[in-house]
Amino acid sequence: MEPLMAVSIGVLFACAIYMMLRRSIVKLVIGLMLLSNAANLLIFSTAGMERGRPPLVPEGMAAPAGSVADPLPQALVLTAIVIAFGVLSFSVVLLRRAWEVVRADDLDKMKDTDT
Amino acid sequence: MSSQIALPILIPLLSGALSLVFWRFRGMQRFIAVGGTAALLLSSIWLLGEVNAHGILVSQMGSWPAPFGISLVADLLGAIMVLLTGIIGFAVAIYSLATIGRGHEAFGYFPLMHLLLAGVAGAFLTGDIFNLYVWFEVMLVASFALLILGSEKAQMEGAIKYVTLNLVSSVIFLIAVGLLYGKVGTLNMADIASRLAAMEGDGMVDVLAMMFMVAFGIKAAAFPLFFWLPASYHTPPVAVSALFAGLLTKVGVYALYRVFTLIFHHSPGYTHEILVWGAGLTMLSGVLGAAAQYEFRRILSFHIVSQIGYMILGLALFTPLAIIGGVFYIMHHIIVKTNLFLISGIVHRLRGTYDLKKLGGIYRRYPWLAVLFLIPALSLAGVPPLSGFFAKFIVIRAAIEAEAYGVTFIALLVGLLTLYSMIKIWAEVFWKSAPEDGDTDPYPEISHREVWLVAAPVVALAVCTLLIGLNAEPIHALAEASATQLLAPERYIEAVLGTSQEVQP
Repeated sequence: MEPLMAVSIGVLFACAIYMMLRRSIVKLVIGLMLLSNAANLLIFSTAGMERGRPPLVPEGMAAPAGSVADPLPQALVLTAIVIAFGVLSFSVVLLRRAWEVVRADDLDKMKDTDT
Repeated sequence: MSSQIALPILIPLLSGALSLVFWRFRGMQRFIAVGGTAALLLSSIWLLGEVNAHGILVSQMGSWPAPFGISLVADLLGAIMVLLTGIIGFAVAIYSLATIGRGHEAFGYFPLMHLLLAGVAGAFLTGDIFNLYVWFEVMLVASFALLILGSEKAQMEGAIKYVTLNLVSSVIFLIAVGLLYGKVGTLNMADIASRLAAMEGDGMVDVLAMMFMVAFGIKAAAFPLFFWLPASYHTPPVAVSALFAGLLTKVGVYALYRVFTLIFHHSPGYTHEILVWGAGLTMLSGVLGAAAQYEFRRILSFHIVSQIGYMILGLALFTPLAIIGGVFYIMHHIIVKTNLFLISGIVHRLRGTYDLKKLGGIYRRYPWLAVLFLIPALSLAGVPPLSGFFAKFIVIRAAIEAEAYGVTFIALLVGLLTLYSMIKIWAEVFWKSAPEDGDTDPYPEISHREVWLVAAPVVALAVCTLLIGLNAEPIHALAEASATQLLAPERYIEAVLGTSQEVQP
């Protein structure tokens, strides 16, 4: 499971960075989405993959028996997903407003504020 | 259990929520803006007093014991930063009353301002690395919305760069947190520090340190990751610029200080050496960028970059004197830089432009404004006896003592070039006679109320600059005490985890 996960995270990162290097703003936003998803998957897999061992405490015991899946990274991913969702919906709105104002989908046409 | 730690976070959150409730009541929102930031300022003064008297304060959220729940920790550096947040928040809130247009207020300027302050204060006070990420995001989302308030073309273009680079930085931060958790199995910063200390000589730790350096380096606008700042900071309304200039990059600097004194201080030969060169190049590239500019706020934006270099240099040299200098520099810089942006806003209100070539002759008409500009400008350049002199003096002396002569030379040169930039603004905006292009439009009539509202924060911040400069001893003592705390991370760890470390897997 881990090698598969590692490869797919790597592919996601590669796609994200490729998309972000394109000139179109739409592709830039798609790149950002892929990037945050890749990061989420990475966190998800950092604590190791446990299959079918929920972190439940059996009745009458103080701690779960044996090794169990770590619930904390999943909580982190949940938080990160919510934050990424909010930020990405903001950037989609920004994208639309930018298009309305600048009338271009080309980052090279947005150089007025650079030096 | 000390509840006053949570106050600087709760007050702006509450004021933000209240302003949202009064969405349609402009007067009420303005009242809450001033009242809420004043309360924030008072609570931060109280917090600093308590921390100064009793040492590091810790509060466990929800009463979960330390490594499991989220801890709020106020050491001296955190408390100082929160106090500066309070000062800047209050000054900008008053200034906004006169300068933020009705349109901006109707789209939620004040609620966003409160949320930004809550995010900043939260980042300064949290003791949990994932919680730090969350506060960063609170701050960032508020700043995104503030940046595009008004949606002019320049704002949109600036915002795309700002949003993209800050999101990339957040993702790097998040990945680093995830990998760090995979490595040590905890998120509490004190717990991370004590566990990492046990696994010395691990290559992965250096990799993580570099990831944090890149993530916070983007937020702090350090070389070579600063390009988003000069592209965006001159586009929003000036009160927003001032708030950003004072606080946002400094949150990045604070995070660097926190992480590289508490967690990654084991191989300074590697990480801090990179920071030294980053600091030197940050100073140089910022000041050279500013020299080429002829737009008031753009010059100031580039100078934020160059000043960040001094603060990072203080951390990078990693001697007690250097850290004192860095903390002193942060205190001086936040006040001075915000003040300069506020003054640029007054000039814009008077003449309707930020372009140095179209400005001129303001000294003849408003000599008091020219003097008010000169105080923070000369302080930024490091002219004695203003606050910037002592800040630069301590940092540069630390650099000489650490025998880092290359960076010392850069720091001195950058000081000189800063003076050049400030004199350029002074000569072009205030001193030279107004350009004669036929239509010398008269100065607008400004009501007494408006003059008071914009001048009061500027004067107050200028007085702060003078106080820091003329009465540097207590400020230096404060910086020294906070540097002592930063260089003794075991005290932080002990305060958070308690003396009886029940370590569980």
